[in-house]
Amino acid sequence: MSMHDATGDAAVARRVDDRSAGERMVAALRSRTALAIALALTLVAFWGLGYREGASGSDLLSLTIWGVMLGGIIALGAIGLTLVYGVLKFPNFAHGELVSFGAYGTFTIMAFLPAGAILRPFSFGWELLAGMVVTMPLVALIALAVDRVLFRPLRVRDASLVLFAMASLAASFFLRSVIYLVWGSDFMFFYPGRSNPALSLPLDIRIQADQLFVFLLAAILVALTWILLSRTRMGKAMRATANNPDLAQVRGINTERVIAATWALGASLAVAGGVMYGLASQLRPEMGWFLLLPMFAAVIMGGIGSPMGAIVGAIIIGIAQQVSSSFINPAYGPGVSFILMVVVLVLQPMGLFGQKED
Amino acid sequence: MQQIDLARTAFLFLPLFLLGLLVLPGRAALRIVLALAIAALVAFALPLMLDRGTLTYLVSFSTMAGIYAILSLGLNSQWGLAGHVNFGVAGFFAVGAFTSALFTTTMPEGALAAYSQQAFGLQWPFLVGVVMAGILAAIVGFLISIPVLRLRTDFLAIATLGIAEVIRFIFQNERWLANGPQPMRGIPRPFDCLFKDPACSWLPSGAAEFLSPLSPRDYVFFYLIVVSLILAVVFIALERISRSPWGRMLRAVRDEENSAAMNGKNVTRRRIESFVVGSFIMGVGGAVYAHYVVSIDYSHFNPLFATFIVWVMLMLGGSGNNKGAIIGAFAVWGVWSGAAFMIDAASPALQLISDDLPSRGAYLRWMLVALLLGLIVLYRPQGILKERKKVSDFMPGDTGKD
Repeated sequence: MSMHDATGDAAVARRVDDRSAGERMVAALRSRTALAIALALTLVAFWGLGYREGASGSDLLSLTIWGVMLGGIIALGAIGLTLVYGVLKFPNFAHGELVSFGAYGTFTIMAFLPAGAILRPFSFGWELLAGMVVTMPLVALIALAVDRVLFRPLRVRDASLVLFAMASLAASFFLRSVIYLVWGSDFMFFYPGRSNPALSLPLDIRIQADQLFVFLLAAILVALTWILLSRTRMGKAMRATANNPDLAQVRGINTERVIAATWALGASLAVAGGVMYGLASQLRPEMGWFLLLPMFAAVIMGGIGSPMGAIVGAIIIGIAQQVSSSFINPAYGPGVSFILMVVVLVLQPMGLFGQKED
Repeated sequence: MQQIDLARTAFLFLPLFLLGLLVLPGRAALRIVLALAIAALVAFALPLMLDRGTLTYLVSFSTMAGIYAILSLGLNSQWGLAGHVNFGVAGFFAVGAFTSALFTTTMPEGALAAYSQQAFGLQWPFLVGVVMAGILAAIVGFLISIPVLRLRTDFLAIATLGIAEVIRFIFQNERWLANGPQPMRGIPRPFDCLFKDPACSWLPSGAAEFLSPLSPRDYVFFYLIVVSLILAVVFIALERISRSPWGRMLRAVRDEENSAAMNGKNVTRRRIESFVVGSFIMGVGGAVYAHYVVSIDYSHFNPLFATFIVWVMLMLGGSGNNKGAIIGAFAVWGVWSGAAFMIDAASPALQLISDDLPSRGAYLRWMLVALLLGLIVLYRPQGILKERKKVSDFMPGDTGKD
């Protein structure tokens, strides 16, 4: 496709630099450095706009910290999305539903667990964490079942990307209809009516202990994923498969097993993301769908197939969404992440950490 | 036969005639004669065979399916003809619907203005509203296509999905534009005076007498004519387009972008043009929808009803085949509507499984449509009717069987 040609041309031109000044400028604008600078400038502009609309410095600081926390939630979903995107080479529109299933599954399992004491200063008890851990393999099984029924036959047939995307859209609506049928369309809370006061911190920052926990858990899980990917055999096989599936297979990697591991890992992280999101707001069937756009934005911003990039992208998206709420209607949050995504796509579709394809 | 049935027959004739032209085989002249005869026969038979409620239901079903067929044709001109994966049908649908509503409604005044806000209300006639809807949707499509169409297929899918969501957010949150989260009401129906008691003043008294037994509830009989005429225009235009040099060029760009570019075709221009054409048709579809349902709000344009189901229709009917797009629209809308009856009938059984289930039965239809799409993707990705690959009537040996 034309994009590949353009990057190939750029590589040739670097050796024999006979480009005009304009071409050189366009190439410079499309570099990763330029992208990073553009994103940083956007965030600075957001802070400036918020300040002009009358938000105080501590307000903006709080919003930024909330943004990092939202980024943690988005990152938990986005890592799975980017791994599946990298290994299986299609945008999985059903990933948001894995997030929702994580939240609702935990909700149901919690009902069977004895309600423990509240872990002050947090607003939840052990049963939430236990429920989450039990839900992870269950949602991983759902993801594997969908893969077996839907995506594997397409893989075997070497179907086009569009069919994969359509299939994942079908899976998304199917899974969401299951949520509606089983749990109904009403909003639900893990702990209805439980107070969750903000901590008193220096600099007038208002943060709930839960939010700190969300961020901490996201950081731990992300670090574990990082170790898994860089240190273990399966992690290396995953990255190899993402890089070049045919070559990986020739070198004796069981790609089907790698794909299964990718689904399991992605689904487990999505469960954590869903539980954290449900804790921070509420459970509703559309929650995963609402997270899908920010997740895709984070994946594309970070570069497809790069977990590190997904984390960085997610945090940028999270901050941008929260800070933007100081000067525009907060309902436009997903729209803000979408605009950032389009900026990335126009400047540098490979993203901040993406590998060049082919 | 009572007069009310006779009046309904008169309204049914034209849509049936167009349907006949679409499905009957044979040469053009023969087809017209056959279609005329069959349409006349069926138009007389239907009111006699079915009771009035069933017939009204059938007609409103066809109207809605026809509106979806317009959307499905619009998507076909983007995906089937040019290979754009537009997951944002809902966005263009919404732009069309709200544009036409704004151009044709009256600006709320006095006490009403406190409850209902909109950017403007021009009271222009229906057809102008429809055209403006198409033009505005085309402009939106053009603006979007500049940054987005250069992208890879998968990015295009994500980006268009995002655009549709953003457009929906705008209509949901901007109160001044089209009444925000509240529905926009009072979108005029063209010629609805035909069915009111003092009928339109310009109507000759004989015709008014003939229509007098019809009540405003029968308006849908007239609207079916409007929908089928617009559908016919869109269909014929697209058929001509896909056989024109321009359409062949689009397919060349779709299938072999590099060789099309090598042969001197401006690939980017063609891609943008085809996207704009599709957006225009979707905008028209939105306008036709708005004037049918009379009251619209942002929630009508969610990804399920406005994007997903249109894709299922096109994939089922056959991507790249205009006839298939229409058949798919009717088939999927039939499954969707039929499922409602089925679930109603099965509700005692559902009650046995869980007390909540009957009230959530509507979501079983989602599941059904999602399953349908999954099955299409797995077992018949080319749809019911395959794309006609025939390039020219004058090329020897080209039988179109390829």
